[in-house]
Amino acid sequence: MDTIIFILTGTFATATPLLLAALGELVAEKSGIINLSIEGMMALSAAMGFAIVYTTGSHLLAFAVAAGLAMLLSAVFATLVMFFSANQVASGLAVGILGLGLSALLGRDYESLTLQAPSALSVPILSDIPILGSILFQQDIVVYMTITAGFGLMWIIQHSRVGLILRIVGENPHIAHNLGFNVLQVRFLAILFGGFMAGIAGAYASTILTPIWSQGMILGRGWIALALVVFGTWRVLRVMIGAYLFGALLLADLAVQTLNLGIPSQIMTSMPYAMTIVVLAIISRDTLRIRLNAPVSLGQNYRPNH
Amino acid sequence: MTLSACSPLLELRDITKRYGELVANDAINLTVHAGETHAILGENGAGKSTLMKIIFGVHQPDQGEILWQGKPIPITNPAKARDLGISMVFQHFSLFETISVVENISLTIPAPLPNLAKRILAKSKAFGLPVNPQASVHSLSVGERQRVEIIRCLLQEPKLMILDEPTSVLPPPAVDRLFTTLRNLSAHGIAILYISHKLEEIRALCDRATVLRGGVVTGTANPTKTSAKDLATLMIGRNIPQVTHRKSRTDGTPQLTLKRLNYHDPNLNIMGLKDISLTVQTGEIVGVAGVSGNGQLTLARLISGEDVLSRNQANSIRMQGEPVGHLPPDARRKRGLSFVPEDRLGRGTVPSMSISNNGLLTGHRLGIVKRGMIRRHKRDTFAQDCIKAMNVQTPNEQAKVASLSGGNLQKFIIAREMALKPQLLVVSQPTWGIDVGAAALVRQRLIDLRDNGTAILIISEELEELFEISDRLTVMYNGQLSIPMFTRDTTFEQIGQMMMGQLPTFMETAE
Repeated sequence: MDTIIFILTGTFATATPLLLAALGELVAEKSGIINLSIEGMMALSAAMGFAIVYTTGSHLLAFAVAAGLAMLLSAVFATLVMFFSANQVASGLAVGILGLGLSALLGRDYESLTLQAPSALSVPILSDIPILGSILFQQDIVVYMTITAGFGLMWIIQHSRVGLILRIVGENPHIAHNLGFNVLQVRFLAILFGGFMAGIAGAYASTILTPIWSQGMILGRGWIALALVVFGTWRVLRVMIGAYLFGALLLADLAVQTLNLGIPSQIMTSMPYAMTIVVLAIISRDTLRIRLNAPVSLGQNYRPNH
Repeated sequence: MTLSACSPLLELRDITKRYGELVANDAINLTVHAGETHAILGENGAGKSTLMKIIFGVHQPDQGEILWQGKPIPITNPAKARDLGISMVFQHFSLFETISVVENISLTIPAPLPNLAKRILAKSKAFGLPVNPQASVHSLSVGERQRVEIIRCLLQEPKLMILDEPTSVLPPPAVDRLFTTLRNLSAHGIAILYISHKLEEIRALCDRATVLRGGVVTGTANPTKTSAKDLATLMIGRNIPQVTHRKSRTDGTPQLTLKRLNYHDPNLNIMGLKDISLTVQTGEIVGVAGVSGNGQLTLARLISGEDVLSRNQANSIRMQGEPVGHLPPDARRKRGLSFVPEDRLGRGTVPSMSISNNGLLTGHRLGIVKRGMIRRHKRDTFAQDCIKAMNVQTPNEQAKVASLSGGNLQKFIIAREMALKPQLLVVSQPTWGIDVGAAALVRQRLIDLRDNGTAILIISEELEELFEISDRLTVMYNGQLSIPMFTRDTTFEQIGQMMMGQLPTFMETAE
């Protein structure tokens, strides 16, 4: 019982960096760009965030600078892909590796140092509810903001003009250009948004979730975020559900190890990826549904010819 | 419709556009006055679409200037063109498939969706172009998509409307309604640039015609005072070959037999098939007439094998008496089926691949592949033969298919499928959007193939064409097929009425 409550309480925080990064990647992919550098962007912003909190103590400043740095990295990617027509997969991997390298460099002096994490926010009255109170209403503010951001993004993509333009650019950039939309601008902004979210995710992971610096602390969360977008078939709500599911799995991994259940931890660690494959197999039976949600031009570069 | 003495609405001066070595437009001059309906005539690749895209700001000219109401204005992008009052219906539609009709229209006409849906319905009623604003575009037929495009233009209250092949997918009554609409617009001072290969239409509708050939203006004419034959000659620089159509010599061997074919598409917006029975025999052409969206799409997909039936329904589609309903496309092609889909880019060819490789896609069984390896020389020769057979305009067989114009692409696909010497050829919209010269050639080749003993099924929305080449005709309406009639025993009016679902000759019995 305690284990279950431990998992459920921790799920929201564990899932938050996954969800933040996945939401950013979802927006980029909706515009037709696949950005594989999330892991690198998260690692760089995690190091930057940690360094700033360690030296100044300001979480706000840390998040802002970390997000800015990740956006800078995503701008490098965007420039390669859009103005030099570089292959998206190769550029994403290259920029990601650059991010990981910079992260190691930046975090060198902070190895094994710890931070004071800000205390969780307790919602008055509600947090006193037994069990549920501690699961739902004693989380840090970023958790609540992430959930709000998820629902906000869902509304924007489905119901706003900005969302509509994002979707159509991802479906067919040629027609979008013919109708007078600036495809490159839309895609650039979508990539920057992806960078921003990855930056917040990275800073959250290193300064609030596990406030101890060690190189490689992002631990593949960027790749899980990438898998999440596919797992959620490019739908915000499903990505959100998926993120909390994967978050619970990551924690269950820890629980399994401490309880000595005899399940190799590798099996638990690989669960998110295995589940993504299963989901892919299931949804690909219904091609129409995929066609309606998946950005058709994903991975294809576009250059307006004048 | 008198031409005013004041400055023209639109004037093009020496517009030149090059793509590498190809000069798509060479020093084109054109004036369009308010309220004028101006035809742009020309063969495939004559540069009409390029010129229209320059006017609409999609492409920028290399030289020359554009004057709008007498003032030189660079039209840098389509949004700028729309602000000036220019709207355009593209030949390859510019609708997004994953969103609804009203969402598509809201992209260029920002307004709250419920409000916009009302305006769409109002326009749709006013001009007799029925559309459902809430429908998702992927579920619409080609004809329905075009109606959406036209309504979108009308909603922009344009000063100049550019229509690229607008009637190619409309049934005759809707064409008449569209013409009424266009005349009405013209009477209100809206200028129309009208691209079409249907010369009779241009003669019925347009005040002036500018003829392009090879990127150069070869003449202007008053189409009402010039015969269709003279216009065509001006356009292609020679006489159009007349299609010769002798009586069919079928020996009665059924090549394709459909028997009580029923099909429900999982997508409710796509018309299924109800109890369809039909036989196509060796050496005859059977035409399927009908307004798009009545099940033709499904019929073609089922015969070609793109949609496969379950094993216990296999008997409802037979080739040479053998059940094939459960077989995939390749197995059916091995039995002598060739198929030309209405979708030339994507289903008929792979746009990003070379002509040569696209030939390989269905021609691979002609000895081009040996022990799993492609014999490049044979592949290229095959593509060159196809290019020669139908006079496809292209630099060479290594050019990408996406660079071909619609008509040249269709000529290539037809040539490729004919080279397979099929026993059964199914063609959907054989001459959709291609010019008179190319269309006449395609039709003639279909008849030649028939005379060599191929059974041919043609699904077309162009009634004139079906009357010209079919031996027997059937009408598709609401997922049903009428009992086939000999073309010589029927009239244009009768078929036209059946296309609107009026005559009760829809199948009750099969056999």
